[in-house]
Amino acid sequence: MAFGPFLLLALMEGLVTAAVLALAASGLSLVFGVMRVVNVAHGEFFMLGAVIAWFVTGMVPGPAWLAFAVAVVVAPLAVAALAALADALVLKRLNYDPEATIVATIGLLYMLQQAALTFYGPDARPVAAPFDLRLQTPWFGYSGYKLFVVLAAGVVLAGIWALMTRTKAGLVMRATQVDRDVARAFGINVDRVYMGTFALGAGLAALAGVLIVPITQAHYLMGGDPLLLSFIVVIIGGLGSLRGTLVAALVIGLSDGVISMFFSPTLAKILATLLVAMVLVFRPQGLFGTRSP
Amino acid sequence: MTNFLMPSRRALLKGAGAGLLALALPAVVGAQAAPIKIGFQLHRTGIGASYGRWYERTATAALKLINDAGGIAGRPVEIVFEDDATDPKRGAEVVDKLTQQAGCDLVMGTLFSHVVMGSAPRAGELKVPYLVCSEGYHVASGALNRWTLQPGITDVRAQISTMAPWVAANLGKKVTMVFPDYAFGHDHRDFFTKAMAEQGGEVIAQIAIPPTETSFTRYFPQIPAETEVLYHVMVGPAVLTFVKELGEFYGTGAKPALFGFVDSLEAVDTATPGLEFLEGSHFWEGHPRVKPADAGEHEAAYRAAVGVDDNGASVSDAKDVSTYAHMFSTWETLYFIKNAMEAAGYTGPADRQKLVEAMEAITDLPYGLEHPQGAKRFNGKTHQVFGSQYISQIQSGKLIKVHATTIDEGLYPDAVDYTAMSF
Repeated sequence: MAFGPFLLLALMEGLVTAAVLALAASGLSLVFGVMRVVNVAHGEFFMLGAVIAWFVTGMVPGPAWLAFAVAVVVAPLAVAALAALADALVLKRLNYDPEATIVATIGLLYMLQQAALTFYGPDARPVAAPFDLRLQTPWFGYSGYKLFVVLAAGVVLAGIWALMTRTKAGLVMRATQVDRDVARAFGINVDRVYMGTFALGAGLAALAGVLIVPITQAHYLMGGDPLLLSFIVVIIGGLGSLRGTLVAALVIGLSDGVISMFFSPTLAKILATLLVAMVLVFRPQGLFGTRSP
Repeated sequence: MTNFLMPSRRALLKGAGAGLLALALPAVVGAQAAPIKIGFQLHRTGIGASYGRWYERTATAALKLINDAGGIAGRPVEIVFEDDATDPKRGAEVVDKLTQQAGCDLVMGTLFSHVVMGSAPRAGELKVPYLVCSEGYHVASGALNRWTLQPGITDVRAQISTMAPWVAANLGKKVTMVFPDYAFGHDHRDFFTKAMAEQGGEVIAQIAIPPTETSFTRYFPQIPAETEVLYHVMVGPAVLTFVKELGEFYGTGAKPALFGFVDSLEAVDTATPGLEFLEGSHFWEGHPRVKPADAGEHEAAYRAAVGVDDNGASVSDAKDVSTYAHMFSTWETLYFIKNAMEAAGYTGPADRQKLVEAMEAITDLPYGLEHPQGAKRFNGKTHQVFGSQYISQIQSGKLIKVHATTIDEGLYPDAVDYTAMSF
């Protein structure tokens, strides 16, 4: 294949990776920014989104787009509800202590993963894409759905940005992020903000899972890679910074696409991890993060 | 005079002796009927979990038949399943646990070749027979030890040497290979490349894919345009993504003929939306998933016992597709064990060496309910079994058997003589 089309394919693949990553990582970043909780179970919320999408699309009769549309609504809501429950039952009782919540979310990771294995099974199962469109370039064919994922992720991220900067809920979340004690003194119900944030973060991961599932199938171990990549993106972008997360997701996604096509996927992972190390050494707060007090 | 209240000394002794005998009798009977314990190293979790579930079902079905027919040498048989998480390190621990803690007579059942490579040395140290169901060439290559055997399924080298002539004659001579980047995939790469050269063909590109990969589109541009046949053998949970993305990549444009190992589609419904482009392509199968019209007389009984319908899916859930091309190996391995234990007069772990010698002496395994995949020939020197291979074509979304090979086509010169090695 000639260089031009090769590069085009690499960029398209990279863009899809970046879009899904940006969604998943923004949830992780939000939870850390507002709650100071490092959520190790984040990848499992991603997996649950995909698995629930499989159940939902199997139950909804009618055309594929309708079943998928229901899944897009139901799966993130269900996962968000589960996350809210986990917050009330576990995180709140640990008083959001950073060390304790890491251990607790590791436990949550295994519980969710094994529950999926028990109730869903070990197979990778497919979910039909909402529409069947294939773009045929002169050199290669490409899935139209993948481009839809990029668009959808863009819309959702714009929505999150609007939520954080244009609504009262966003204002309250930002206030809690800056100083939770002062926020509480001003009458903000910090417990409710935390529960809402944790649910929102999990819901974003689940949404990313629903969007990716027609491309990669639902599998109970699928949460591992997104978790690792989300952490990489969040560390590079700066914990708690949405803009940083987006930029870092684009950098990691596109470089992953291009490097793994022209060289090898392993090299792409090596370079991403190296970038994390460099950022941690030279700019520990991340590219767009602010130094915590 | 003696009476009941004042027995003579002799009567007392007789009575006591009879009583002691009566007490000891159940113990003697019990010792004879103590169950034979077979340890099963199972991929219940991890990337091999789809296979593990069906290996467990198939082995359990064979176990029931064996016990219903009186067990092994009159003793009941038990299987102790232990999860190895499809992980080589855990695999060695499982061999240990099954042998030392559960007190199993032998260990069997491993599929993934990296787990076999990780576990076999431990089985050798513990001097416990280790019967794998793995397809890898690692047994017959001589890389393992006297305690490791593969009596239930043919190896990749034999499979490939029968497939290469068919591919060269029917599909094309310029081949690009896509395979997982570890032992199992490397067996495919090495033997197919060699076998193709012998047929006057050529492997023009070899694309190795890391086993944990989840997205494949990025690898497809490496497939040269002049490729006539694309040979694919993928394993793990991402297999469906692989075939779907391949379909999207070629789209409606010109595409090479596809020849795959069904490992790329095990536990996957061939009629899944997105797999339409596989229509007309060919697959190797160890045992045809869709019951062929000319299937042997025991095929129906085997499917019924395992709980599989004529399409190779679970009878209770048509979406639960089996790993049909591989799972017969656990069934046949259990009957192989029965065969060898009865020949060796096996009584317990002290006879393990005798058991391996009896296994090495086995040659012909005729077709029957004990060997539903087909007749086999066991080579005691290389510890590897040989049998028929099948080629199926996807027609209207179903795998239809189109070709079967003989046992002789898969034979190759011995690379090792395990019988000359010490125990």
